[in-house]
Amino acid sequence: MNAPAKLRIATASLAGCFGCHMSFLDIDERLLELIDLVEFDRTPLTDIKTCHPCDLGLIEGGVCNAENVHVLRTFRQNCKTLVAIGACAVNGGLPAQRNHLDLRDILETIYETEGGLARGTHIPNDPELPLPLNRVHPIHEIVKVDYFLPGCPPSADAIWKFLTDLIAGRTPTLGHGLLRYD
Amino acid sequence: MSEKTTFWLDGAEIPFTAGQTLLEAARRAGHYIPHLCWHPDYKPHGSCKLCTVKVDGRFVSACTTLAQAGAHVENRTAELDDMRRTLLQLLFVEGNHFCPSCEKSGQCLLQATAYELGMMSPHFDHFFPNRPVDASHPEVMLDFNRCILCSLCEQAAKRDGKFTFVMGGRGMRGRRVILNSESGRLADTDFSSTDHAAHVCPVGVILKKRVGFAVPYGQRRYDQAPVSLLDVAEAIK
Repeated sequence: MNAPAKLRIATASLAGCFGCHMSFLDIDERLLELIDLVEFDRTPLTDIKTCHPCDLGLIEGGVCNAENVHVLRTFRQNCKTLVAIGACAVNGGLPAQRNHLDLRDILETIYETEGGLARGTHIPNDPELPLPLNRVHPIHEIVKVDYFLPGCPPSADAIWKFLTDLIAGRTPTLGHGLLRYD
Repeated sequence: MSEKTTFWLDGAEIPFTAGQTLLEAARRAGHYIPHLCWHPDYKPHGSCKLCTVKVDGRFVSACTTLAQAGAHVENRTAELDDMRRTLLQLLFVEGNHFCPSCEKSGQCLLQATAYELGMMSPHFDHFFPNRPVDASHPEVMLDFNRCILCSLCEQAAKRDGKFTFVMGGRGMRGRRVILNSESGRLADTDFSSTDHAAHVCPVGVILKKRVGFAVPYGQRRYDQAPVSLLDVAEAIK
């Protein structure tokens, strides 16, 4: 008998800190069990830059600029199941704490008026830089999200429980100790 | 001695004494009914609606409804818990609840109740309101980003004969806790860190300064056990 086809997984960090990806790597030797079941598409782990059709997409981080919107929509188009991983993807997290401030005021303060800057420093305006959005959004405000795994970051045990439930075809349940928002 | 009778809660027979509410009798009998604005030391006012149960098919607040002999009460049903989860999600998006940077995380009734009800996401679009932080008082700070308008601080202040905190304003964005001083700052009120109000906030608004992380995350009240167990354990001890 042929072995069952492996699930394809893609991951990305948008307006996040890669902490959720680090926590994912903290599943340690269980990674060996996981790669018997899945293969990785676009993810910082493979360095593949474009997302192809996948079974599962894991998104870390909220949406703070135009490029985040593009990547997120590409993931939604390509992934049968899309998961928001971590506080920032779920509710905007730390980057969203700028949301009650005016974007121009923030940029001017950081790049022009704050002490310690070189003379004549201006807000970066390189066409390669994605334009920031007025507000940072949780990913469910941009695309449909199938599952949410909160935490800052979610612990390796929570990620493992979540993924093994999902891969086995069960609705992921975390319970006391694994479901955390901090 | 008052007459003892019983009602039914999710099929379990619950004894009560005349004048007890559904919530009090259930807790005393070891059954958890989710709640946020209710506190054992204060008069219930039934405003958060988390404790909504169905009595013989009708929705009522368990904290304000007196137990009646023979009543059939539904509590932890999928229907009611779904509605409670929605209420929690509305509270989460209405304020700025960033648990990872909150001193109250792990000791917060809103967070613990959301864990208990398995809230995985805020579901709705966030308001991200602009709310003030008041660090004027030397011992206590206020972060209104997390206020859920339970009004317990107002009641607790009255217990000390004070009107430090008053519910004021109108409407979804106008309703807020107002501080009773001309400047509107806590330092200029008659508030003292020994007041009942200093310790009553179920979320992370009223915070004692300089002790925020004395107990690390992971070793806090609701890290030990879920709120459903701790709540009833408190009632029967």
